[in-house]
Amino acid sequence: MSNLLEEVYAIPGGEGVALCIQCGTCSASCPGADRGLSPRQIIGMVRADMREEILSGDSLWLCASCYLCTVRCPRDIRPTDLMHALECLAVRDGVSSKRTRTPLMYRTFINSVINNGRVHEAGLVTRFYMRTNPLAALKMLRLGLALLSHGRMPLRARKINGRRAVRTILDKARALAGTQ
Amino acid sequence: MRRYNYFPGCSCSEGTGVAYGLSTQAVGKALDIELVELADWNCCGSTPYGSLDVMGSTCLSARNLALAEKADGLDVVTPCSSCYITLNKANSYLKEYPELGSAVDEALAAADLEYGRGVRVRHLAEILSEDAEPDVIRSKVKISLSGLNVAPYYGCQLVRPRLGSDDPECPQSLDSLAESAGAKVIPFPLKTHCCGASLIISEESLALELIRKLLDSAQQNGAHCIVTACPLCQANLDAYQSRVNSRFKTNYSLPVLFFTQLMGVALGLTPKALGLEKNIVSPMKALTPYFLSRP
Repeated sequence: MSNLLEEVYAIPGGEGVALCIQCGTCSASCPGADRGLSPRQIIGMVRADMREEILSGDSLWLCASCYLCTVRCPRDIRPTDLMHALECLAVRDGVSSKRTRTPLMYRTFINSVINNGRVHEAGLVTRFYMRTNPLAALKMLRLGLALLSHGRMPLRARKINGRRAVRTILDKARALAGTQ
Repeated sequence: MRRYNYFPGCSCSEGTGVAYGLSTQAVGKALDIELVELADWNCCGSTPYGSLDVMGSTCLSARNLALAEKADGLDVVTPCSSCYITLNKANSYLKEYPELGSAVDEALAAADLEYGRGVRVRHLAEILSEDAEPDVIRSKVKISLSGLNVAPYYGCQLVRPRLGSDDPECPQSLDSLAESAGAKVIPFPLKTHCCGASLIISEESLALELIRKLLDSAQQNGAHCIVTACPLCQANLDAYQSRVNSRFKTNYSLPVLFFTQLMGVALGLTPKALGLEKNIVSPMKALTPYFLSRP
């Protein structure tokens, strides 16, 4: 298997990894850093080719995409985009962590977009909770009902007319990505 | 009258942020800003799509941009901070990465679309604070919101990565708009801190802690309400406020308004037109005095 660093370079947003001076500004800015590896550690470990620890770990998925690291990085690395690039690799290789539920939540979101052309929030959360923890779904029932009764959670998904066009575009993109 | 291609995004069109969509249209009308909804737009893919598949995500945005270009090429305006950065990221990736760009072109062509890279994407807050004249807004204010303490909450993706002209950590646009409406802007040091975004679904304990800090800071500083420019921030702070209360044994009861709802009250619009009944923590106690003073 090829070097992780080279693969990260090849993904849009991933090329900044070489520029890092390990100053730790990103880590000090990150709201999720104290729950896992910090962005600085992740970058260091990518450069040390610690493939499994990074791609199969939980830490990537704690990124809330707040972009604070991105605007503060003295080397203009865009660590948020870098986390997304690493997440893409983890998913492509089918090695993303099973301990964090964020990849599944993202996948459920994407499926909703592919099926309808838009994301259907009620369907997304229902499917997500049923697949992860149906008991949690019960816990969330009160919140769901509050949103429903305030007219903020329509039960029926809106499907756009162009959903077939959206699928055609995405299928073509997938085919092209496969041949690259 | 200024005209724009309007991209509401999934949440504001009829989901958890529906009141944002309603109040955006109502305020637009009151300020002579024409927002023409982009026909048959699709989801931008938001952070989840871009985190799993960069090319697919760029394609989703590119279809919308191609539709806007075909329509008339006017600026795309969205009230949603996530749509704002996602559509913008597609624009910059298409220019920065030619290989990705030509693959996206080929994918679009499969659906008889093409995108010439010429559409600018802007946030509604940017339009109202830059294109609309502050004097014009002030001249249309029918009810001054004097006495109302507002904590303007920008969250992340409206100001970061820096796409507009506002400062990424100490922005002013929402402050100025709230002041134009006559409200008092209170100091709110956490105004660009993260609410946890969609991690509220998959990492609830992390997000609830971030939300608690935001509510705490706003309350400590004497806010009567928080004002946001993002449907996800609003849902997290408003709908999840009871979850914060039960988890941390707190008793926050802070209304969380969209900035368009706040402006709409000052512009003399009705609670219904602004979707105020859709807020989970009711803002009516804080706002009723202003409705009673309507001319």
